[in-house]
Amino acid sequence: MNHEPAHRQFRALVIGGSAGALGAMLRFLPLLPRRFPLPVMIVVHLPPDGESLLAPLLNSRCQLSVKEAEDKEPILPGVVYIAPPNYHLLVEPDFVLSLSQDECVLYSRPSIDVLFESAADAYGDALAGIILTGASSDGAAGLKALVDAGGRAYVQDPATAEASAMPEAALDACPTAQIVDPSQIAALLLRELVPAPS
Amino acid sequence: MKTAAAETEDIELHLLMEAIFQKYHYDFRDYSPASLKRRLLQARDRFGCTTFSALQERVLHDPGMLPQLLSHLTVQVSEMFRDPGFFRVLRTEVVPHLRTYPSLKVWIAGCSSGEELYSLAILFREEGLEERTLFYATDINSTALRKAEAGVYDLARIAQFTTNHQRSGAKRSLSDYYTAAYGAAVFDKSLRKRVVFSDHTLASDAVFAEVHLVCCRNVLIYFNRELQNRAVGLFKDSLVRKGFLGLGSKESLHFSAHAGDFAEFSRSERIYQKRG
Repeated sequence: MNHEPAHRQFRALVIGGSAGALGAMLRFLPLLPRRFPLPVMIVVHLPPDGESLLAPLLNSRCQLSVKEAEDKEPILPGVVYIAPPNYHLLVEPDFVLSLSQDECVLYSRPSIDVLFESAADAYGDALAGIILTGASSDGAAGLKALVDAGGRAYVQDPATAEASAMPEAALDACPTAQIVDPSQIAALLLRELVPAPS
Repeated sequence: MKTAAAETEDIELHLLMEAIFQKYHYDFRDYSPASLKRRLLQARDRFGCTTFSALQERVLHDPGMLPQLLSHLTVQVSEMFRDPGFFRVLRTEVVPHLRTYPSLKVWIAGCSSGEELYSLAILFREEGLEERTLFYATDINSTALRKAEAGVYDLARIAQFTTNHQRSGAKRSLSDYYTAAYGAAVFDKSLRKRVVFSDHTLASDAVFAEVHLVCCRNVLIYFNRELQNRAVGLFKDSLVRKGFLGLGSKESLHFSAHAGDFAEFSRSERIYQKRG
């Protein structure tokens, strides 16, 4: 179990961020091609009131289809799901999405930890996760759960982050995580997560 | 692939739900497992257990801890007039339909500690419908039901309730409906003189009345799709023709087996109308 299975196939990508995360995501999400074969679930901390413009904004800039996650929605490859404001987003064991209004975690709802921990439970070692810029330690426990389940962890280089607390906390919790620059993430994901055509 | 430890934990979680059902007849087996697991992990830590198996042993042999465990499992965050836009549309667009009935029945399913119930009772009073209405407030958790019957809320929450009430199109001040004492707001007992409180679980109980409006907001998100279908089926069977169903702001019938039995009445506020 110590070595990487040569045939490992990734089945999902989760992303979490807070302050500055939109700018960071705009540096790689638009570069992912329409044929990108994994579903992407995203939690970005947002003010709890009102409608989020994040999904329509990203959708207008990305080749992938980006939408706000709905409760009990089946997860489809090549679709980007955004947690709605004021709801936690979770992955169920049968690979549908759930929303919840349980208490805030580390003052946040949606919480990155809640998404990452539930996704690690569902996908096990077939999950990859990225922690981006942010000014809280949310995401560190979730990324650790992902690593403990055998998944692959990436953390934005704190030096490139608008707020470094979140990537620093994630790296403290997961010293083996790969440190990445947002401008390189798209190429890296395509190389490392997507099987080469045979 | 999952780790062996994760697989064991899944088995333990399943067995714990089965044990609670067999011993106490509370059925959480069709709740959404992901958020259920989070809440059970909190309960496990709270009770000082290291595994779900240990928690199961405790709950099987000590019936006294069941109420505490239930409050972990059914904890719900609510506030009065939550999502004021929902109540505004109820006032301006649903109430005119409800006025045409000589008598009304309203079911608040999963009423928890009563915030939604008092919101509706106040709205119906302000719209002049209270005297012709009977409210059924049901929940699986009897501790929460007792709180709903008491109608006492922390005074610190009232500012938010008041803002929400105003934004819902209030016709009076919220302070007309409660008295403040010792850090608490005690809601006027006349608001519940037309309320029937009852234990009821959407997981296994049946329809008990014919109603004109069902409010079940932020309850279905805790259910898996099969249980959601069961619950929405109960709502459908208890609603009169053209009756209304109000859901939470991120709930919909989009993925429901009963989607075809309802028309979207207010898409933005998640209000549905049973088809004729």
